[in-house]
Amino acid sequence: MSDAYLGFANSPIGSRIAAALGLPQPQPLERFAPGQPVIRGTVLLGGTATSELLTALAGIFHSIGAQTLAHRGLPQWTATANAAGLMTGRWGVEDQPGEKLKALVFDASGLDDSSQSDALYQFFHDTARSVLSCGRVVVLGRPPEACANPRKATAQRALEGLTRALAKELKRAIAVQLVYVAEGAEGHLESTLRFLLSPRSAYVSGQVVRVGGASQPAAALDWNQPLAGKKILVTGASRGIGTAIAEVMARDGAQVICLDVPQAQDALLEVATRLGGKALALDIGAAEAPQALVDAALADGGWDVVVHNAGITRDKTIANMKPHLWQAVVNVNLSTQERINEALVASGALKPGARIVCVSSISGIAGNMGQTNYALSKAGVIGMVQSTAPHLAARGITINAVAPGFIETQMTAAVPFAIREAGRRMNSMGQGGQPVDVAETIAWFASPASGGLNGNVVRVCGQSLLGA
Amino acid sequence: MTTIRRVAILGGNRIPFARSNTVYSQASNQEMLTATLQGLVDRFNLHGLRMGDVVAGAVMKHSRDFNLVRESVLSTTLAPETPAFDIQQACGTGLEAAMLVANKIALGHIECGIAGGVDTTSDAPIAVNEQMRKILLDASRAKTTGQRLAALARFRPGMLFSPALPRNGEPRTGLSMGEHAELMAQEWHISREAQDALALQSHEHLARAYADGFFTDLMTPFKGATQDNNLRTGLTLEKLAALKPVFDKKVAPGKGTLTAGNSTPLTDGASAVLLASEEWAAARNLPVLAYLSFSEVAAVDFFDKKEGLLMAPAYAVPRMLARANLTLQDFDFYEIHEAFAAQVLCTLDAWKNPTFCKERLGLDKPLGEIDRTKLNVNGSSLAAGHPFAATGGRIVATLAKLLAQKGSGRGLISICAAGGQGVVAILER
Repeated sequence: MSDAYLGFANSPIGSRIAAALGLPQPQPLERFAPGQPVIRGTVLLGGTATSELLTALAGIFHSIGAQTLAHRGLPQWTATANAAGLMTGRWGVEDQPGEKLKALVFDASGLDDSSQSDALYQFFHDTARSVLSCGRVVVLGRPPEACANPRKATAQRALEGLTRALAKELKRAIAVQLVYVAEGAEGHLESTLRFLLSPRSAYVSGQVVRVGGASQPAAALDWNQPLAGKKILVTGASRGIGTAIAEVMARDGAQVICLDVPQAQDALLEVATRLGGKALALDIGAAEAPQALVDAALADGGWDVVVHNAGITRDKTIANMKPHLWQAVVNVNLSTQERINEALVASGALKPGARIVCVSSISGIAGNMGQTNYALSKAGVIGMVQSTAPHLAARGITINAVAPGFIETQMTAAVPFAIREAGRRMNSMGQGGQPVDVAETIAWFASPASGGLNGNVVRVCGQSLLGA
Repeated sequence: MTTIRRVAILGGNRIPFARSNTVYSQASNQEMLTATLQGLVDRFNLHGLRMGDVVAGAVMKHSRDFNLVRESVLSTTLAPETPAFDIQQACGTGLEAAMLVANKIALGHIECGIAGGVDTTSDAPIAVNEQMRKILLDASRAKTTGQRLAALARFRPGMLFSPALPRNGEPRTGLSMGEHAELMAQEWHISREAQDALALQSHEHLARAYADGFFTDLMTPFKGATQDNNLRTGLTLEKLAALKPVFDKKVAPGKGTLTAGNSTPLTDGASAVLLASEEWAAARNLPVLAYLSFSEVAAVDFFDKKEGLLMAPAYAVPRMLARANLTLQDFDFYEIHEAFAAQVLCTLDAWKNPTFCKERLGLDKPLGEIDRTKLNVNGSSLAAGHPFAATGGRIVATLAKLLAQKGSGRGLISICAAGGQGVVAILER
C-alpha cells in the first residue's frame, strides 16, 4: 500500500539520482488536517472586464479568510474586494511578476466569444511559473448548455481543453479544475471553491464541476464541522476506501452508520466503535436488503446521506467469464444501488435535503481489460447519477458520483508490480491516490452547503491518462 | 480670479510598512511608490485618467531617482499625460505634498491630484568615498591622458572600503534625531514610564484597528506583507521597561529614557492620498471622506536658540488655530506623529505650559490640554513604523476615514521633521 518510489524520489540522494536518470519525480501531495486554513498562501484572481462572478467570489474569499491579489487583467477586483471587506491589491508592479502564488482563480464567466480567449492566455502566460507546488487552479465559467447563443456556448465549452491541458503542464502536484456556475447559482459556489482550493482535493485534477441552482438557499454552516449532526450510511465500510470515508465523515461531525457484509463483522465493529458510530452487518446484494435498510433508517429517524461505496470485482475476459461472475458484479455494484435508492426515497427514509453519493471508477469511463462486468456496472453508476438527478432534485435530494483512479489500497497492492507501477505513474501527479482523497471528495458532495451539486461525476485520479 | 474651493480627500492607499532590512529589503523606492499608486488607481478606477498632478517624495533617494514620482506614474495605468514632481521636506514630505496638491485644487488650477511619499532605509543610496568621488570627477574633467592618469594616480585601495553612508542625523549639530529627542525629554522631564505607556497604547490601538478591518480599503498587500511588521501584539509595559536606553551616551549619560520600544525604527514603505474638488468627486460618484481645510508650517532655531529640534509643531499649531479661529480643544481626533513618544509628550506638555506659551509662542494663555482618548486612536508611527516621507499620507488617509466613519467632526495633524521643522493641518467633515 505504500509507494516506496515516492519516498525515494524525494530523498536527498534519490532526487538527484531520479533527476540524473530522467525518472519521474512525483511531488508528495499536501493533505488536509483539521484546524488548517482552507488555503495557505496567496490566491491570484484573473478575469475579463465582463467577469460576472466577482462579487460572489469576494464574499467567498472573505468567508474563507484568504489573501487575494488581482492580475492586471482584472483591475476592478480591488474595488469589489474592498466592498466585501477584503484587503487586496495587484500582483506585481507594472508587468513584473509578483510573489509566489498558492492558487489561481480565473473568472471566465464573461467570455462571450472564442476571440476573447487572449485574456486566458495572458493570465496563465504571466503566472504559470509563479504557482507553488501543490497549488490550485480553478477556472470558472457558465454551463455551455445554458448559454444564450452558440458563440458563448462555444467559448465556454472551450475552457475544458485549456484546464485539462494546464493540469498536465503545470506539474508539481498542481491541480487544475473547471467549474461551470449556472446563472443564479452563485450562492452555492462556496463549498465547491473551498474544496477545490484546499488540500482536501489533493488527488483531484483536470475535472469539470457543474454548480447549479438548488431548491434551497445555501444555509449558514460551521465549516469546521460541516456534517455536524448528520446521519450518514457508508456501505463497504470495514476496510480500504470505505473506512476512510467513514473516518472523514466522523471527523467532519457526522454520526456514521457503517455497513458491510456479515463476514466482515469484526472489522466493521472495530471501525464503527472507533468512530462512535453504528455497525450494520448486511449483505446489500440480497433481495430483502432495500427493505431492511428502509426499516433501519426509519428506526433511526431518517438518514441525511447515503454513500454507495460497496463494490466487488470478478475479473475475467468476457470469453472466459462464467455467468455468475457477471451477475454478481452487476447486481452488487449497480442494480442494488438502484433498488436501495428507490426504496429509501419512496419510503421517505431520506431526510429533506439528503445527499446520495455513489462510487464509480475510471474503469467505467475508460474501460479495462478483463473488467467488462465491472466497467459496465461502474459506467452504469454514472448513468444512474445523471438520469436520476433531475428526478431527485424535485425532492431536494442530490445524487453525485466519484470515480477513483489508482488508489493505494489492499486491492491495488495485489495488482502485479509492473501493472501497478504503470497505474501509479500514468497520471499528472505521478503517484497513486490515498483512500482519504476519495473520502474528502465524497464529504464535499455530502456537505449541506453542496446543494448546488447534482448529477456530477468527479474523478479522483490525479488526472489519469486512462479515459481522460 | 477664482474663488477658493473646498478640497476633498477621497481616499488613500499604502503598502504595509516594514522594518528596515526585512520583507522589503530588496524593494526600491520606485517599486514601492509604483505599487502604492497603482493600488490607489485600482481602488478608485482611475485607469487612463489624466490627474492634475501627482506630488510625492522620498527622503532617502538615489541620484538616479531624480524623477522618481513621474517615473512611477509612467509605470501605472494612469494616463501617461499625468504630470508629477518630487518634493522633500524630511518627515513632513507626505503632508506637505498633500498641502501642495490641495492648494492647487483650492485655487482651481487642477481638479484632482495624488499626494504621497515613499522611503526605504534598506535600499539606501551608498555613495563612493568623498576623496574617490573628487578623483573620478577630476579624471572625467581631464583633457589629456596625462592629466587623467595623474588624477587616477591619487586613488588608494582603502577608498573602496570607506563609502559615504547616509546618516539619520542633523548636519549642524552632529547629533542623531534620537539624541535630539532625548535632549527634549530631559528638558521637559518626560519620564521613561510615560513614554513606554504611549508606545504600548500605539501598538494596542493599531492592533485593534487591524482587527476591526479599518485598513482594508486603505492598504494593498506588498511582497506578501498584509500588516505593518513592526506591530507587536503581545507587547506589555514589562517588555518595554526591559529595553535599554539607546540615545543617551552623548547627551544624557546614565539618565536616558529613549529606547527602541518608544522610538520609531527605520522603516520601508509608501503611501498615497487622492484629493479632488467636490465637483470632480461628484462627477465620478466618489464619496468624500473629509476636507483638508487648513495647513501651516513652522521651523525652530535649534542651533543658536537651542529650541528642541522636534518642537516646531508646537509653534505651527497655535498659528494655524488662530487663523482657523479654533481652540486646541475643538477637535474630535488628534493625529500627532510619534517620531518618538517623547516628541508627542513634549509637545502636549508645551501646549499646557504657561511660560512656554507666553514666552515662546507669544500667547496670552496656554493652549491647554487635549482629551488623550482622542489621540492617535488607531495607532501611529510607534506601532506602524515610520518610512519618513510615507508617514504624512498614512496619517491623512487614516484621519479622513476616521472622520468619515464618525460622520462629522474635525481632526488635527501634527508632524515634526528634521531640520527643526513642523508641518500641521486640519481635516474636517
